[in-house]
Amino acid sequence: MIENMSGLAAYYPLWERFLDKLPEIITATWETPDMVLLSTLFSLISGFLLAILMIVTNPIGLKPNRSVYQAVDFVVNLLRSFPFIILLIALIPFTRFVVGTSIGSAAAIVPLTIAAAPFVARLIETCFLEVDRGVIEAARSFGASNTQIIFRVLIPEALPSIVLNVAVIAITLLGYSAMAGTVGGGGLGDLAVKYGYNRFQVDIMVYSVIILCLLVLLIQGVCNFLYKILR
Amino acid sequence: MIQVTNLGKLYGSHLVLQDINMHVHEGEIFGIVGHSGAGKSTLLRCLNGLEPYQMGSVKVMGVEVASLEGTALRMLQSKMGMIFQNFNLMSRKNVFDNVAFPLSLWGVAKREERVMELLELVGLADRAKQRVQSLSGGQKQRVGIARALALNPRVLLCDEATSALDPKTTSSILDLLEDINRRLNLTIIMVTHQMEVVKRLCHSLLMLDGGKTVAMGKTENLFLSPTKEMQAMVEDEYTLIPGGTNIRLMFPREISQQSVITQMARTLAIDFSIVGGKLERYLDDVFGFLIINVQDKDLDAVLHYLKTQNLFWEILAYSENAGEHA
Repeated sequence: MIENMSGLAAYYPLWERFLDKLPEIITATWETPDMVLLSTLFSLISGFLLAILMIVTNPIGLKPNRSVYQAVDFVVNLLRSFPFIILLIALIPFTRFVVGTSIGSAAAIVPLTIAAAPFVARLIETCFLEVDRGVIEAARSFGASNTQIIFRVLIPEALPSIVLNVAVIAITLLGYSAMAGTVGGGGLGDLAVKYGYNRFQVDIMVYSVIILCLLVLLIQGVCNFLYKILR
Repeated sequence: MIQVTNLGKLYGSHLVLQDINMHVHEGEIFGIVGHSGAGKSTLLRCLNGLEPYQMGSVKVMGVEVASLEGTALRMLQSKMGMIFQNFNLMSRKNVFDNVAFPLSLWGVAKREERVMELLELVGLADRAKQRVQSLSGGQKQRVGIARALALNPRVLLCDEATSALDPKTTSSILDLLEDINRRLNLTIIMVTHQMEVVKRLCHSLLMLDGGKTVAMGKTENLFLSPTKEMQAMVEDEYTLIPGGTNIRLMFPREISQQSVITQMARTLAIDFSIVGGKLERYLDDVFGFLIINVQDKDLDAVLHYLKTQNLFWEILAYSENAGEHA
């Protein structure tokens, strides 16, 4: 007993602690996809709209509009330059206003969405820019309207690469969601920090990381599969 | 059908098209030729309103293109099909859906029937459900042609339609275009840098260089008596033989199949060298030219002989770098 100075962990068989913490691990495992899925969804919707706005008003776009493009472009760059942890704290009053509380995984969705939306906008804009301009010109040559070009050429043609980028976004948000733990966001990242980092319970940290790893593989796998179907 | 007068177009302050005049008749195959960057594709895009122009006028079926916008412009565009060098098909869709795309944009009914009819026309009916990615270049261009014809256009605009294809495929695509032109009495405007394409297919042509007209007229006349600028652009390169006199003989269609040259050698009992030459198919005829090198002592006799024959000819000047602009 005297030679074991490394803290509580040494007294406790690991298995017992695992059983003891299992309910918490399960709760955290449910909270994480919850946060990540919802924030991915919301950031996709808002980022998608921003991307459409940018691609249309782009100087080489369907309806070039310099001032609108530059304004959106600037806001996107500005939001992307915030370190997430700063944004997270800076947004607390806003989160409280929207969700009613600034604690818990529902509250974490607000900063996650706001941090990811400009990122999503940029990624999807790139997907749109990669659509062959010749195909767009062909559509124009047989008299397609701008709306038809957006919905029937641009979006369908960009869809496979958008799906691949959804994986990038969801996995980034998975990483961000760990940070959201610092403002009481919950989830696996929170668990890893709370027990693994603050209380030196390395085993709990390992469990969280393994589950996070599996989630990353799952997200990437699903998106790759969808890409293959859509391509 | 299409009347272009004094057309001028600016990119910023740079004049890319200058004072272009052309007239395309209904049912004609009209070529726009020139090197890359000559403004051919820009000119083509002015015809269907994909590019705006600042000076002069473009009238298609009696309507000034620049005066149209919105739905009226889209209506005009639907009456003008277009095909492209890189085919510009939607890679995720199959052959059928690509051809059906213009029809669905315009809400045309009975699409199935129309698409199959078009695929029949271009010889791809058995490939309807195949993805375009799996097709060869020539097949992709056939899909492009079927798509361009979907809305029953009056004019077909071809932007370097055969430039990405190998010679054999090019030939089959040209056959198809020719067939369509005859069968549907479709006006075709072809932009190309390939002289073979022009000679093979185009009734009339406009030659552009640096946004300006170099030559315009009936293809046959232009190739039989080319202007100096046109020669500089068109001619195949032959290294002329120093010494003696190099003469270019041009054969109009009536005598291209007679053995003029060997007859001359026999009649005059002289020898000469052949520098180079070419016989080409033009529409349904064959015509061509031959460059010969004659020794100075025989020159008078040869020129005298040529004058009695129904031949176009000219003496080529020899210079050190003649190969580059002969």
